[in-house]
Amino acid sequence: MKETNDEGTVQKILTAQFNRKTFLKYSAIAGSTMAIGLEACHKDDNPSMSNGTVDVGSGDTGILNFAYALEQLEAAFYIQVNASMYSGATNEEKQILADIMNHEIAHRDFFKAALGSSAIMQLQVDFSKIDFTSRASVLGTAKALEDTGVSAYNGAGQYIMKGDYLTLAGKIVSVEARHAAAIRDLLNPKSASFAGDDVVDPTTGLDFSRTPNAGSPSIVATANTFLKTKISATKLP
Amino acid sequence: MNTTKIFEALANEKNETDLSRRDALNKTLKLGLKAVIAAIPLGLSSIMSNRAFAQTSTPGVVDILNYALTLEYLESEFYQMGLASPGLVPSSDMNIIAQISKHEDAHVALLKSTIASLQGTPVNKPNFDFTAGGTFADVFINYQTFLALSNAFEDTGVRAYKGQAANLLADKAAGAVITAALDIHSVEARHASEIRRLRGFKGWITQTQANGLPAAIYAGEDNTMQGGKDVKTVTAVPADAITEAFDEPLSMAQVLAIAGPFIKA
Repeated sequence: MKETNDEGTVQKILTAQFNRKTFLKYSAIAGSTMAIGLEACHKDDNPSMSNGTVDVGSGDTGILNFAYALEQLEAAFYIQVNASMYSGATNEEKQILADIMNHEIAHRDFFKAALGSSAIMQLQVDFSKIDFTSRASVLGTAKALEDTGVSAYNGAGQYIMKGDYLTLAGKIVSVEARHAAAIRDLLNPKSASFAGDDVVDPTTGLDFSRTPNAGSPSIVATANTFLKTKISATKLP
Repeated sequence: MNTTKIFEALANEKNETDLSRRDALNKTLKLGLKAVIAAIPLGLSSIMSNRAFAQTSTPGVVDILNYALTLEYLESEFYQMGLASPGLVPSSDMNIIAQISKHEDAHVALLKSTIASLQGTPVNKPNFDFTAGGTFADVFINYQTFLALSNAFEDTGVRAYKGQAANLLADKAAGAVITAALDIHSVEARHASEIRRLRGFKGWITQTQANGLPAAIYAGEDNTMQGGKDVKTVTAVPADAITEAFDEPLSMAQVLAIAGPFIKA
């Protein structure tokens, strides 16, 4: 059951989240113990390739390439969705899915241009686990991708060294969060799901945040379930 | 009255009372930061004007968190008052408004405790006037006015947090506070998307389209220059979609000019 698999993926992503109590404990220690641990060494930051796996690199370049990988995945997904729209899609759903496709393509193309010669290659995707004829499969996957994107940008933010890049990540993550809310509302209209207790901690009001390799499955592992060209982030947290 | 365009309708009103209200609002917005600071309670105005304790012109982490706390106080009280107004929120939307209210309350509590843990002093809650001196007199009677202000506060909140991210990075004491700020920021964006769609608009911001809200809230949202690149030159995506794909920050001064009319002297 493809839909079951997608729901399973969503559940795994959501249950494998980072422990909020631990975070708050760190937060309360005034941050000094969580100081930024990455020193940018520009020459060594660049991505590399071994055994067919693309490593995104380290430092700000690594984080931006990690974001670029996720945006490539999202763009490819929504291009496929729009190219073979499931039957019965409402005009609102078509509009939302077309808009999101354009946004993700803009993000992808921007990262490619901004990273220039430091950009990772074009990744080949594997969407065999997605049933593009099924509304539940498409929107379920979209929800997982958007929530994952939000948590990835949120989690990587504090490791970014350059303020301009952090602002840039901020410009993109809020758009991903707008997407997540819209997709969640399509799945569960007029409910609290757009910012549901499964993603936003009801006690702290904080959204999920995860570093690339945190949790099981990690964001990297989740992304790889949709990628033929595998990625790694061995030099990122 | 087309209630989804309440602000535009307001601007088009011809009678003297509404003209004077509009003038008052415009004047408040135009008076700029100096007047707004004067209208802001002591704690926040000291953040903005008394920089003697800071080593640079960049506000420190506690200053930024107190600024965020003031905005969260505003949102928190706004939704509490909305939920306490009988018949305002239709039952069909109650789950949505209650969820947002819960988050804003939680943000207030989290920011207060975080500021205290950083040996800072949380600012006191200001007195708010959600009618902005009578401009939005029906805010807790007319659901469309309530939604319009909700939309204004959420989109402004997203831009306000975004505008301080790099300043938090500049303060080496900020550490994990950056993550907490980002985690609040994306929740505000989820709220904004939902409220915008409840009003019948897209969840994302196209160009500087204000949908009847004050233009200052969307100033600069038509930017397509990102990281030194004009995104229009590197993608085939239409310009409108490019502006939707990147949310833009606001400075403290810009945010306080927007929020000022809702904060009583």
